[in-house]
Amino acid sequence: MSLDVIMDIVSWIAILAGSAFMLIGAIGTLRFPDFWARVHAVSVTDSAGMLLLTLGMCIQGGFTLVTAKLVIIGVFLFITGPTATHAVANAALVSGFLPKGADKFCSEKKKLSPEVKKTKAKKRAPLKGKL
Amino acid sequence: MIKGILAFIGLAALWLLMSGLYKTLILIFGVLSILLTLLVLHRMDKVDGHKLGYDIGVFATVKYLIWLMVEIAKSNWAVTKIILSGNMPKKQKMFVVPVTQKSEIAQVVFANSITLTPGTITVESEDDHFIVHALDFGEGDMDALAEMDARVTAIETENAGGNQ
Repeated sequence: MSLDVIMDIVSWIAILAGSAFMLIGAIGTLRFPDFWARVHAVSVTDSAGMLLLTLGMCIQGGFTLVTAKLVIIGVFLFITGPTATHAVANAALVSGFLPKGADKFCSEKKKLSPEVKKTKAKKRAPLKGKL
Repeated sequence: MIKGILAFIGLAALWLLMSGLYKTLILIFGVLSILLTLLVLHRMDKVDGHKLGYDIGVFATVKYLIWLMVEIAKSNWAVTKIILSGNMPKKQKMFVVPVTQKSEIAQVVFANSITLTPGTITVESEDDHFIVHALDFGEGDMDALAEMDARVTAIETENAGGNQ
């Protein structure tokens, strides 16, 4: 077997496995009963699905500009994916949409929110006049 | 000034990789857009002035990333099994995880690592602790998160958190 065939097989395994994880993430998002469980299902898509698909496409691309772009896309998604998930979960916490048995975190949040507002206002104030 | 030149080189390399077209007109557009970006950066620096610290070692970070990939693979498999099993056995829980990193960047790495491994999500971050939500909370989860915390703390350099 030549090297090309081996690379093709490896890349197709990665692409198919990545697609499978994407599908599993979608199934989980539909099957899980509530918001907090569904957020977890999405992170399967975010990590394994995304990484395996980019890896497979990188191997298909070889040493070209396409691969360089794919690596950049992969790095960005690796950082922005969990950040977006965190933003969604944090928005749910701040708005008081808590899972069962986690009421103690709600009081902590209410205590904190005026402080957060104050620091944000403080940071924004010096912008005026300098621009 | 040195920072500006380094930013120019970095942006130029990124632009050349992204475009792949090396005609004179396109190259001039590239240089102009890089200069515009640097001008905007310079103006924003005047307003903000907040120093960003990168208090993490390169080799230690690469070593940590390799370990993280293995963890991601393991927990992906665990969550996949939960999704595909008939009755979806899970025990959701929200809990507090202590954080030992001093620098902001290492805390970001830790918080994103928790979210990136399926089954756990960082919901809220404070100075010394994160609030984490777990899909299937087990006995070993706190130990696993403590180990991850120790490993992220290990990638910090000596004087981490000093310039904040």
